[in-house]
Amino acid sequence: MSLEAGPTKWAIPKEMRFPISAEEILRKRQALKKELLKQPNLTASRIAILGGSTTQEVKSILELFLLAQGIQASFYESEYNAYYEEVMFEGVALREFKPDVVLVHTTWHNVSRLPGLLESEQEAEELLRREVGRFEAFWSKIHSEFGAVIIQNNFDLPSLRPLGNLEASEAYGRVNFLQRLNAEFARYARSHSRILINDIHYLSAQVGLERWFDFNYWYNYHMALSPVATVAMAQNVASIVKSIYGKSKKCLVLDLDNTLWGGVIGDDGLQGILLGRDHPIGEAYANFQRYVKELRQRGVLLAVCSKNDFENAKEGFTHPDSILKFEDFSAFKANWNPKSDNIKEIAAELNIGLDSLVFIDDNPVERAIVSAQVPEVAVPEVGSEVHRFAEAIEAEGYFEPVKIVQDDIERASYYAGNAQRTAYESAFANYGEFLTSLEMTAEIGAFVPVYLERITQLINKSNQFNLTTRRYTAAEVEAVSQDSNAITLYGRLSDKYGDNGLVSVVIGSVQGDTVEIDLWLMSCRVLKREMEWAMFDALVEECMSRGVRKIRGVYIPSKKNSMVAEHYGGLGFTRLEEASTERKLWEYELSQPYSMKAQHIRRSPRKAMSAVGT
Amino acid sequence: MEDLFPQIQSIFRDVFDDAELTVTENTTASDVPGWDSLTNINLIFAIEHEFNVKFALGEIQELSNVGEMVTLIQKKRSQAGKK
Repeated sequence: MSLEAGPTKWAIPKEMRFPISAEEILRKRQALKKELLKQPNLTASRIAILGGSTTQEVKSILELFLLAQGIQASFYESEYNAYYEEVMFEGVALREFKPDVVLVHTTWHNVSRLPGLLESEQEAEELLRREVGRFEAFWSKIHSEFGAVIIQNNFDLPSLRPLGNLEASEAYGRVNFLQRLNAEFARYARSHSRILINDIHYLSAQVGLERWFDFNYWYNYHMALSPVATVAMAQNVASIVKSIYGKSKKCLVLDLDNTLWGGVIGDDGLQGILLGRDHPIGEAYANFQRYVKELRQRGVLLAVCSKNDFENAKEGFTHPDSILKFEDFSAFKANWNPKSDNIKEIAAELNIGLDSLVFIDDNPVERAIVSAQVPEVAVPEVGSEVHRFAEAIEAEGYFEPVKIVQDDIERASYYAGNAQRTAYESAFANYGEFLTSLEMTAEIGAFVPVYLERITQLINKSNQFNLTTRRYTAAEVEAVSQDSNAITLYGRLSDKYGDNGLVSVVIGSVQGDTVEIDLWLMSCRVLKREMEWAMFDALVEECMSRGVRKIRGVYIPSKKNSMVAEHYGGLGFTRLEEASTERKLWEYELSQPYSMKAQHIRRSPRKAMSAVGT
Repeated sequence: MEDLFPQIQSIFRDVFDDAELTVTENTTASDVPGWDSLTNINLIFAIEHEFNVKFALGEIQELSNVGEMVTLIQKKRSQAGKK
């Protein structure tokens, strides 16, 4: 489909993209797997599937959806229905496997005991406590022995309800009991960052219970989910896993006419477009705008890419029923250039990879052009009916969050502030003056528990300003923060426009009088602000206080980090001759006195957590 | 009786990802590399979906070759037709 000469870039097979047909994926899985394996740059992951029922189909289909997300998994499957025993009773094979992720594939069949007919509320309560306690012991054991993230199924709805509607209202009803169990699971997940809920309760409703459970598959093979349900679940789990690995998309790019409002603003004018409750189509578009607005509020960037005169396009957002405002967009391309060019510019302006973008357009021709010219961008086949647009976004799980941290909420505002920053920059004669005028302050220190989650997030998604692209799991981050032989530094940067949040991480390991820097990364949002110099000043300070005399920097080239090839050279390190092309070493001798490199950033002490956005 | 073999052939070729695979009435599991209990489940599912039939509990275990499977499918389809 590419119009350029040369080999076509690999693209996800269409069977794996919205709208999927479960039956087609199940039938063609062998061919799909072969095609998916041709993808370059797959991330490896070790996934243990602990089953309360047969897990073969889960593994088989999950493998496909993970590959579609750029993750090549190696799997461990527990013995049949041995999820509990293998964890609690020293299952050797599981421990030797060293999983990164543990998927606990339990279903309502695995509840030890459901309340009996006419048991009292107290008896039901006691059963609930015991079941939750059993799982809490199970999760604790996994946490203490493995550094893995747990993906735990909650409970689906049973296919039969002998007590009819009383199952929902009575304490001894199955439906009631399972819903209360799910609430307890949710409560545990909220307060433990390394466990995530796989909401099969929702999926069982979405797929429909009649399709979710198939008696033939249960009695013949003890599969708790039908093959079609397995596809839905596998897609959902793959979406969670990919978000753990920082592969969720970052930016939603939207067309305007017939995508964010009904009609064509250039022809119909502000009065003629359909938006709002006065018209069924208008109401549908207002609801889609509301959906998009909520994405923006929790940190997804928004951009416009429309074939329109800029003034007309901008005017659409002044409509009284427009929920989105012009200011909600971090990039706004309304012109008559090819959308593929505009989208490439959007990615460059926002400093994010093309593979972080999702493009929604009601026009199949525009979708086809962008898909062909910029295959890295996700372009779901949303059709032309607005009520499907959100469905597509959700089915693909593009923006699946792991947790929503305060920095996410502030991210989109940062980008709005950035427009102000760049406008400001051009007014200064010299760059140093400009930096001074930003009134930057940085908070730099050793890792503290309150930032560990954000630190882990940054470690796993930074690709460009990243010297080694070494990934750390949450457990490893916690461990290194407590290791007295490690030097850890986080950096937060604020300026007069706002708080950029936690933007840089450095980890080094001390061996005698040398420290080797294992990890140095920084968010591209703060390039060319001297933040890396401020981090280096802080590192030198820490090294001197520990009697370290030499700093060794490691650069591991990757497809995305060529911008930092000369990072250590720029700091005054000397290049060491090294046999390997994969690992370049630099060395810096600490000498007294040291003069601070960062001239335009003031160091501030660590703030209390309430000081958000100040 | 309609000839179901072209569709059956297509299903086998997809499930085993082998464009040249040929199945006949006498084909059994031992004739096709990779035909194990997991691929059997996949075959049955694809067949049920393609022909809009449901195999009852225990019916699958009694089939010993593809020919018997086809006969069973034809029987189910004509029964469905009579409803």
